[in-house]
Amino acid sequence: MNSVLLATFRRELLLAIRNTADVVTPLFFFLLVGLLFVLGLEPRPELLVAVGPGVVWVAALLASLLGAERLFRADFQSGALELAALSPQPLSLHVLGKLLGHWLMASLPLLLLSPLLGLMMNLPGQALSMLLLVLLLGTPVFTVLCALGAALTVSLRGGGSLLALLVLPLTIPVLIFGSRSVVQSVGGEDVTGLWALATLTMLAISLGPWAIAAALRISLE
Amino acid sequence: MAKERWRWFHKLASPPHVFGLAGTLAPWFGGLALLCLLIGTVGGLGFAPPDSEQGDGYRIIFVHVPAAWLSLFVYTMMAVACAVGLIWRMKVAFAVAVAAAPMGAAFTFLSLASGSIWGQPMWGTWWEWDPRMTSQLILFFLYMGFIVLNGAFADQRSGDKASGLLAVVGVVNVPIIHFSVDWWHSLHQPATIMKFDTPSIDLEMLIPLLIMAVGFKLFFAWALMLQLRTELLRRERRASWPVRLVVGDGKEVK
Repeated sequence: MNSVLLATFRRELLLAIRNTADVVTPLFFFLLVGLLFVLGLEPRPELLVAVGPGVVWVAALLASLLGAERLFRADFQSGALELAALSPQPLSLHVLGKLLGHWLMASLPLLLLSPLLGLMMNLPGQALSMLLLVLLLGTPVFTVLCALGAALTVSLRGGGSLLALLVLPLTIPVLIFGSRSVVQSVGGEDVTGLWALATLTMLAISLGPWAIAAALRISLE
Repeated sequence: MAKERWRWFHKLASPPHVFGLAGTLAPWFGGLALLCLLIGTVGGLGFAPPDSEQGDGYRIIFVHVPAAWLSLFVYTMMAVACAVGLIWRMKVAFAVAVAAAPMGAAFTFLSLASGSIWGQPMWGTWWEWDPRMTSQLILFFLYMGFIVLNGAFADQRSGDKASGLLAVVGVVNVPIIHFSVDWWHSLHQPATIMKFDTPSIDLEMLIPLLIMAVGFKLFFAWALMLQLRTELLRRERRASWPVRLVVGDGKEVK
């Protein structure tokens, strides 16, 4: 049973490594969104510190959304998804393997790049490590929600623009808990949102694959 | 015996039966709604005393609060209907959800708009990033997502299931959104600035408000029955029962 998970995971990694452009584009997009914010605002250091956490989060969210649309599309078009659904192995495990691979290749680089964007925003040192921690907790939720949206819209022609409308409202709690935690750590206050964020992460990881598998079966009908 | 007892429930899965039932119920809901709305409006605008701080300006509450309550009620109802539809594969349940969604969105919009119109003179601002307003705005987007996703599929059944799943996921998220937005606000906004002073509401204001709330719910029920009939006809346009309904009972029409 676990071999499904491992096989999909390995396949996802291989596909990502062979399509480097798909991995690198969201990263540049992430940095560009941050840059645009800085250029659009006045580059006053205290202002940048105030808006920085929110900007990094929104940029991470948009970059996740960019890669999410393709998550199931190729498998859907080639019929691989249908085979996975028909196989006796649970589809949710296949989904979990895909999610793991996707998170590792799409979200982890984003996470590692985020201190750079944080530095551009003049965030102090302890805020940068907090940013890493909350992104580590938050990006799995993004991945799950984006995958759910992608699974619901994979059979649609104009699914991409719809995806944003479906997914973004659902991501608001993560955005709020995450960016507030960083703001609190900048201000030297107690960070109180981490437990809530961790709960959301656990919920997303445990229930997400199951809901995504259900969504995929609907799209495959 | 047990079977007999549940027959009314199983009948709810049959579109022609529900079509007829909605037709029977609609005038009752409509009449009662009219009655409640009349009494509530006269009581609220005519007899309730003016507010000690806001004067007569507070009277928009008689539209604003019922609409806000209803916006949450409709979403929950939609999610329950979708869950029923997904679990027991009940086509009629999806029709109920799809019929209710635009009205839910409309009530959400009404509560936002009336709140904004109320806020302008009282708070001096059209929009405040207050937790309630923010989560209400997000609720509006959730409705929009449901409506657009449902309409995006060529096949009605796939659209129903996909948007149904979204509604169920969304309803899990609504309390989380509410909580998170609340939490976010409590940290960043000193509660003194925009604190809306609610003097323990006068009974003479409360009674018309409750009557209005019931009236709004009945109005929604009335409109839902009519919408549901249209939706059922649209979905079952290839079935034979609508034709039989028009031409007369028992007659087969080709």
